[in-house]
Amino acid sequence: MSSPAATARVSGVRTMLARAWSSVSISVLSILLALVAGAFFIIVSQLVEPKGTLNLLRPFDAYRSLFLGAFGGVNAIVETLVQTTPLVLAGLAVAVGFRAGLFNIGASGQVTLGALGSVVVGIALADQPGYIAIPAAVLAGTAVGALYGFIPGFLKAVSGAHEVVTTIMLNSIAGSILAALVSGPLKVPNSPSPVTRDIGNAAFPILIGTDGHLGLLIALVMAFAMWWLLFRTTRGFEIRTVGSNPDAARYAGMRPKLVITWTMTLSGALAGLAGACVALGILHHMQSSFATSIGFDAIAVALLARSNPIAVLPSALLFGAMRAGSNRMQIEARIPPELINVLVGITLLFIIATPAFRVLLRRIGTRPSLVAAPTLPGTAGGTAGPPP
Amino acid sequence: MDIVHLLYGIPVLGWLFQVAGYLIAVIPTSAPIIMRSVPPLALGALCGVMCERSGVVNIGIEGTMLAAAFTGWVVGIAAAAVFGQGTPLLFGFTLPLAIALAAAIVVAVLVSLLHAWLSITVKADQIISGTIINIAALGVTGYLNTIIAATSPTSAGSFTTLTLPKDVTNLPFVGWIFAALFNQGPITLSVLVCVIGLQIWLFRSRWGLRTRAVGEHPKAAETVGIDVIALRYRNVVMAGVFAGLGGAYLSMEAGNSFQANMTAGRGFIALAAMILGRWTPIGAWASALLFALFLTLGQTIKFVPPTGDISVLLTGVPGQFYDALPYLVTIVVLAGVVGRSIPPAADGQPYTREAAT
Repeated sequence: MSSPAATARVSGVRTMLARAWSSVSISVLSILLALVAGAFFIIVSQLVEPKGTLNLLRPFDAYRSLFLGAFGGVNAIVETLVQTTPLVLAGLAVAVGFRAGLFNIGASGQVTLGALGSVVVGIALADQPGYIAIPAAVLAGTAVGALYGFIPGFLKAVSGAHEVVTTIMLNSIAGSILAALVSGPLKVPNSPSPVTRDIGNAAFPILIGTDGHLGLLIALVMAFAMWWLLFRTTRGFEIRTVGSNPDAARYAGMRPKLVITWTMTLSGALAGLAGACVALGILHHMQSSFATSIGFDAIAVALLARSNPIAVLPSALLFGAMRAGSNRMQIEARIPPELINVLVGITLLFIIATPAFRVLLRRIGTRPSLVAAPTLPGTAGGTAGPPP
Repeated sequence: MDIVHLLYGIPVLGWLFQVAGYLIAVIPTSAPIIMRSVPPLALGALCGVMCERSGVVNIGIEGTMLAAAFTGWVVGIAAAAVFGQGTPLLFGFTLPLAIALAAAIVVAVLVSLLHAWLSITVKADQIISGTIINIAALGVTGYLNTIIAATSPTSAGSFTTLTLPKDVTNLPFVGWIFAALFNQGPITLSVLVCVIGLQIWLFRSRWGLRTRAVGEHPKAAETVGIDVIALRYRNVVMAGVFAGLGGAYLSMEAGNSFQANMTAGRGFIALAAMILGRWTPIGAWASALLFALFLTLGQTIKFVPPTGDISVLLTGVPGQFYDALPYLVTIVVLAGVVGRSIPPAADGQPYTREAAT
């Protein structure tokens, strides 16, 4: 005979497991469906290739080389981890925003300027010892990202300007700032192409393999730190309350506008840190353009993880593996690496259509789900709606 | 002239007056350039007006236009390969181009239907739904473009422009306005028709009245017998036609090729134009003109170099500043600096019909 308390605990655990399973199964289903849709794209795209033959097994070749490129051997795994690092941090940035009901699609611009900021300080301290140069450069990148996240947060709080449109605009502006600085004042004199100087001692130390840098550790620590912040601190409670019900938050004495501003700043700081990790860990200098897929991948990472900081880790690993494996896929299966963008886009579409799947599953007779559909914290409201 | 020189002499503010004076002075010369970047902005804004007036936020206009631009280009290539280039009729219309234009509009309507389904039936967050449509459109068109561009295909060409008689365009004072408005291709010309048509439709027709009612107070609309769900579907899907035209403009009238991410944020600037125009078609069009001015300022300055004090200022800043300028202006507009705009009351809120009891 078990005591009522024990029964309650067991049923509590069971509900938790059911909820976790419900989220995980939908995420896994979304990915599998995206892979099927991606296979369809690969098959269709053969039709336009010159002297292309219709090979129905081509998707399997593509996915096999994608998998081997990501996990086939120690070097591949380290490369996957390196690709995962900025996605963890940028994914956390988007996830933290979601928790406060904010949709930060400006991760791309914050990553770009975070990288630029860390490189600028890195160049200035290139000859200083690492224990001075590295923390300073990391802080600089984080601070620049935070500032770039503060702008849309502040505008949203003060005037209700929707953060989706302002952050997208800021992404484009970040690209212009980068190009202007790298081809102007930061350009190495007499260099044929616009690049900055090397960051010297500010480069991250390598921990594993050929390029498994310090950033891996930073990303891992930050995931747990963000979980702690969101679920074990007052600030986190405020963020989550404002995200789920701003009116209740205001009634409880919280200040939603302040929370929105600071959450967006924190989000920008995380994205800036992601940029610093890319710049200090891999690039070691800046060029006039910067890979922007991190910003969009980060949205996929956060949505797939349902904005749970711990779940961001496996979610980022998935997309990091795709990015890492895409090179081998291009060489062996001759599939352009842009296929990953298709997979990311379609995964997102399936995740957003999740409630429809649930209805569909219920209709075909599966037993009804134990828990309500996990809804994303609402960002409803017009593009220029009044501030909450 | 004296008052002008007096104004220009004021410190700092005088510079602003000089810039404004320069802009006004170059408008007749740069009007054709400005007008050429209006259609995607104006048509995107019309798409937004039609969606948001009925209570659906559509941030996916960018992706819808991108999908339409890509489809127009690809279908044009395919149709030209099958039917040949054909003989151009009025406006350079050929059979492949006509098929391509139709296909671009159909695809834009389908993408809009997806957004309508996600935001009205599935009741997904409309902002997230729109953003995901943007990301998916960027990914799919980018991937297919890489594959197709590798075959270096022959495009179906592009539409040609109308040419008014010289007597009209050389008229003093107003000639340049006629030239800017009407020496244009078919899609640019259709923008004027769309703007006026939508304005009348929205404020003078039964459908328009119902649209506004549903956007402001869907429950009240339902009580007088309006089918809120059906009306929202109809509006979002019809709005797709505008986005389709805007996308087709980029790859079939402004040029004859497609580049990855060729919309470059125009869908978002269109939303800002919609807001600045207070959710009215004519206001949105006028705002689109303003944004087009900023979008083309860099080109204008190269084309008609300013003289006097401001030439140092305007030509001295790095070119990237002019690239970023329209985005900066968009943020300023959204932040309400130019005055507060109030969206339709039910904008962005999914509607759940109450169960009959």
